[in-house]
Amino acid sequence: MQNEVVIAGFGGQGVLSAGQILAYSAMAEGFNVVWLPSYGPEMRGGTANCSVVVSDQPIASPIIPHPGAAIVMNNPSLERFGPAVKAGGIIIINTSLINIKCQRDDVTQINIGANQVAMDLGNGKAANMVILGAYVAATKAVSFDVLKATVREKFARKPQFEELNMRALDAGFELAGKQM
Amino acid sequence: MGKKVLMKGNEAIGEAAILAGCRAYFCYPITPQTEVAEYLARRMPEVGGTFLQGESEVAVSYMLFGAGGAGVKVFTSSSSPGISLMAEGMSYIATAELPIVLINVMRNGPGLGGILPAQADYFQATKGAGHGDYHFIVLAPSSVQEAVDLIVKSFDMAEKYSNPVMLVADGMIGQMMEPVELPTFDEPPSPYVKGHEKWATTGAKGRERNLVKTLFLNPHEGQDHNVKLQTKYKEIEANEIAFEEIDTDGDLDVLLVSFGTMARVCKTAMESLKAEGVKVGMLRPISLWPFPLQRIRDLADKTKLVVSVELSMGQMVEDVERAVQGKTPVGFFGRAGGIVPTPDEVKDGILNLMKES
Repeated sequence: MQNEVVIAGFGGQGVLSAGQILAYSAMAEGFNVVWLPSYGPEMRGGTANCSVVVSDQPIASPIIPHPGAAIVMNNPSLERFGPAVKAGGIIIINTSLINIKCQRDDVTQINIGANQVAMDLGNGKAANMVILGAYVAATKAVSFDVLKATVREKFARKPQFEELNMRALDAGFELAGKQM
Repeated sequence: MGKKVLMKGNEAIGEAAILAGCRAYFCYPITPQTEVAEYLARRMPEVGGTFLQGESEVAVSYMLFGAGGAGVKVFTSSSSPGISLMAEGMSYIATAELPIVLINVMRNGPGLGGILPAQADYFQATKGAGHGDYHFIVLAPSSVQEAVDLIVKSFDMAEKYSNPVMLVADGMIGQMMEPVELPTFDEPPSPYVKGHEKWATTGAKGRERNLVKTLFLNPHEGQDHNVKLQTKYKEIEANEIAFEEIDTDGDLDVLLVSFGTMARVCKTAMESLKAEGVKVGMLRPISLWPFPLQRIRDLADKTKLVVSVELSMGQMVEDVERAVQGKTPVGFFGRAGGIVPTPDEVKDGILNLMKES
């Protein structure tokens, strides 16, 4: 079993931390995991991305040119990573900010208005939690309970966000579940 | 070993140095290893250690010389151009036989190059960045866990042989997060190098003076010192060659030799090669100096082709050729400029080399 995902968006959308939370959850479940951020010359206001590989085997190459899934939070991320996902894979599209079509007909597309859902819950910053809940519903890469426990632990020092984060994860999980 | 934690390579490297007992870290920031410095800037004061950012890498190399000469466990981290600046001090440190540890989180060169992963400092690390007949022990991790384990081992080796140890990683290992088990010790390792009283310059009150030096104007004394160093290097070559072998049982169509991040990509490429019916094995050197010459020589007898796969334009391949001694064709596949080839590119590269050979 190996699940690979690239998570991409604008700097500040929490894509790197969403990837880290996924990585912490995978480790808590006893899986091998690699979290690899994009690093290199980047433009201010440009895109950020990370990839997370979760496996029950030792992970050989940390570089995955054709991941099984992509979470794309903005237009440039869909343009860049949409074509990279392997056939039969999953693309989770943040329809709050993406107004272009994904041209792939050989992958499962899941549309989540992550920013809108998060804003409706009271804080747009939780969009990354919405989309992470959706990813776990779509791929079962980690257990949803472990994911929630990990988020609780990582935000232990910010208890005011716990309820928001839990509701955001639930909302994403349910919305994706309906599209599977 | 303790419980598993998820850590970024650069931070795990810093923590490993602290766990090994190091309480003196000197540095000058450079991407892609600056997180080591950032981490230790916070951690060293917490454990009563010294964090000091020098005015240049040249200055840092002499801070290592000074602290090493005083018998304390000392560490630095830098990246390719920074290591070049330290080269003068490295020759002096090796000559004075100081047990310092450093890591080069390599970026792509030559020149300022760029900040992406590369292995083009192989010659610099294994053949000597500085002048004169000397060797650092050179180790190459291919995961965050292995980086932690090798840092701890490096402090032991430096102490055992009174010789500097250099790790070579790349930006990928520095930047990625993986689960690691940090080592635990029944008794925390000392911040001092064992036996340093015999040679370190710690103040000579009440004892014979110790001398740490690199100047040998008398040619006989100079030759004696060189012979002493070479005798030690022979001992290191006899004891410290380390490597991992994957699927090298039986006869092979091709044997890959690859280290660090590149070796991980090769592991995935090997799966696709096997799916196409190719009998492929790999030897991953963990010690780049001393280099596993004899083992590669032995494996060359039972393979049709040996390929050195590197993030460079071809450096380790010279040592692979030295190992194989013309018994078997030796090929090379590499990428430069910070490009890490995908497993499929490696697979295609190997298949092409097999056709040509």
